[in-house]
Amino acid sequence: MTTTMTTSRSDRVHTPAAPSLARLTGVELRKMTDTRAGVALLSIVLLSIVGLTVALLIAGEPADRSFDDFFQVAQLGVGILLPVLGILAVTSEWSQRTALTTFALEPRRPLIVAAKVAAVAVLVVAVTVVCLALAALLNVVASMTTDASGSWSLGSGLLGRAVVFQLAGVLVGVAFGLVFLSSPLAIVLYYLLPTLWSILTGLISSLEEPARWLDFSSATEPLLEETMAARDWAQLGTSMLVWFVLPLLIGLWRVTRSELK
Amino acid sequence: MITVEHVTKRYGAVTAVDDVSFVCRPGTVTGFLGPNGAGKSTTMRMICGLTPPSAGSATIDGVAYRDLPNPGRHVGVLLDASAQHAGRTGREVLAVSGQLLGVPRSRVDDVLELVGLTGAAAKRRVGNYSLGMRQRLGIAHALLGDPSVLILDEPANGLDPEGIYWMRSLLRDFADRGGTVMLSSHLLREVEAVADHVVVIGNGQVVADGDKDELLAPGGLVVRALEPPALERALADAGVAVRETQDGSFTVDADAETVGRAAAAAGVVLLELRPADSAGLEGLFLSLTSAGATSAGATSAGAASATAPTEDKGEAA
Repeated sequence: MTTTMTTSRSDRVHTPAAPSLARLTGVELRKMTDTRAGVALLSIVLLSIVGLTVALLIAGEPADRSFDDFFQVAQLGVGILLPVLGILAVTSEWSQRTALTTFALEPRRPLIVAAKVAAVAVLVVAVTVVCLALAALLNVVASMTTDASGSWSLGSGLLGRAVVFQLAGVLVGVAFGLVFLSSPLAIVLYYLLPTLWSILTGLISSLEEPARWLDFSSATEPLLEETMAARDWAQLGTSMLVWFVLPLLIGLWRVTRSELK
Repeated sequence: MITVEHVTKRYGAVTAVDDVSFVCRPGTVTGFLGPNGAGKSTTMRMICGLTPPSAGSATIDGVAYRDLPNPGRHVGVLLDASAQHAGRTGREVLAVSGQLLGVPRSRVDDVLELVGLTGAAAKRRVGNYSLGMRQRLGIAHALLGDPSVLILDEPANGLDPEGIYWMRSLLRDFADRGGTVMLSSHLLREVEAVADHVVVIGNGQVVADGDKDELLAPGGLVVRALEPPALERALADAGVAVRETQDGSFTVDADAETVGRAAAAAGVVLLELRPADSAGLEGLFLSLTSAGATSAGATSAGAASATAPTEDKGEAA
């Protein structure tokens, strides 16, 4: 072993530039995909896309075997699983205690949170591209092997709405991760709390209508359907305030103030 | 240079770090010595901006850690070798941080080679690493950004004797090239072997701060006579300050000739006249690690008062 030290200090720039948000986002993307857990989760997402679309090819009605429908059904699997990646992007820093390193290398903690948000957004776009590609492939297969129309039309604005749908899910996941800083707690509550809210408010009929403005599940549902009225967008906005912005602010407060051991 | 000024950390009613101040200068290795729970790690985390201090401040080259534009390029930090993702390989851990720091890819291979984690070891997942390998990876990580300051918490932990020797040479070399090294340890011998400067912390307070040579200098002479009272009188007449020890001998801050002449003039028979073998630092450290250590002995001491011999322990406790 050698004890020869590092390169000469004379050529050192006195103040190397702080890492940009783009560079930090690249680092966060890498951290999401360079562990076994990350790869496993992405593989499951991919498998769910393949499984759902192939199931539609085999078992669906001929009218449903179109590009549009393949793409739509793929979103369901992604929507359930991808938020976990958003949660783990935050909580694994605490469960694996890498936050100690992360925040020692970049003390601007809100910037790291921003990089994580940007990284999951990039991932959503990448997964959407995969969904499109797979839907296209199956559309070709369907039109050749069955009496499907092979239509290439994509519901108006469906692509954009699908991205918003997936983004809403992972963003809420990130915010839940920030609030709880614990993988099991954040994952369980991510699935439980919005459902509990729907059940609770469903029990009281007078609350049902006002509660829709804060109901994450019902607010995101129409995104994958044919229409999204102005009122739907407004309800999505208000429910995102409750399920994303509020926990994000609480989480940021926690993360910037927390002591790392 | 690391400057710590009046840093205090309180957890509720407990004061973990109490008004701690010291300086680590370029070209030196500073040993941060203290028993377990003395506040070493908390102080180091406060220097690195990971724990907000209740009062006081710490700076690196005059700048708060949080305000360094790319801190990893100035300061290499190893606070906990186990705080790495178990699912990443050693190389991947460094590659991720290297990307954040903006260092060339070749730098990862350089530091891996430097710490002796090459070939298969670099490709193994950190979860399968031994503690010694994690320490090596942690040191590689600290060196990744080619820093001028190193802050290492118990870096010798888990290293085998060969690894400890290697690490000492590495830190010595780093300091000799003008770098600033601060390392903590709860082992006096470990600090003694590598540090030029020693800061001792106990119960959250700095109890000694000085050059190692001064702190470890023998505490005067030990002199023993057939008739102790006669010797004490003779030395007092000669103007030599005397401290009695439990076995009837005295420690004196004077040279052997003065003591010998005083004894000869008074006709006192000497049985023993030798340099005190117990270094003051060791006595101080032992008194800290003993359960009875209180803040009574915890005044920020220069080399002189830190050389108070072991027997002062009784008074302090």
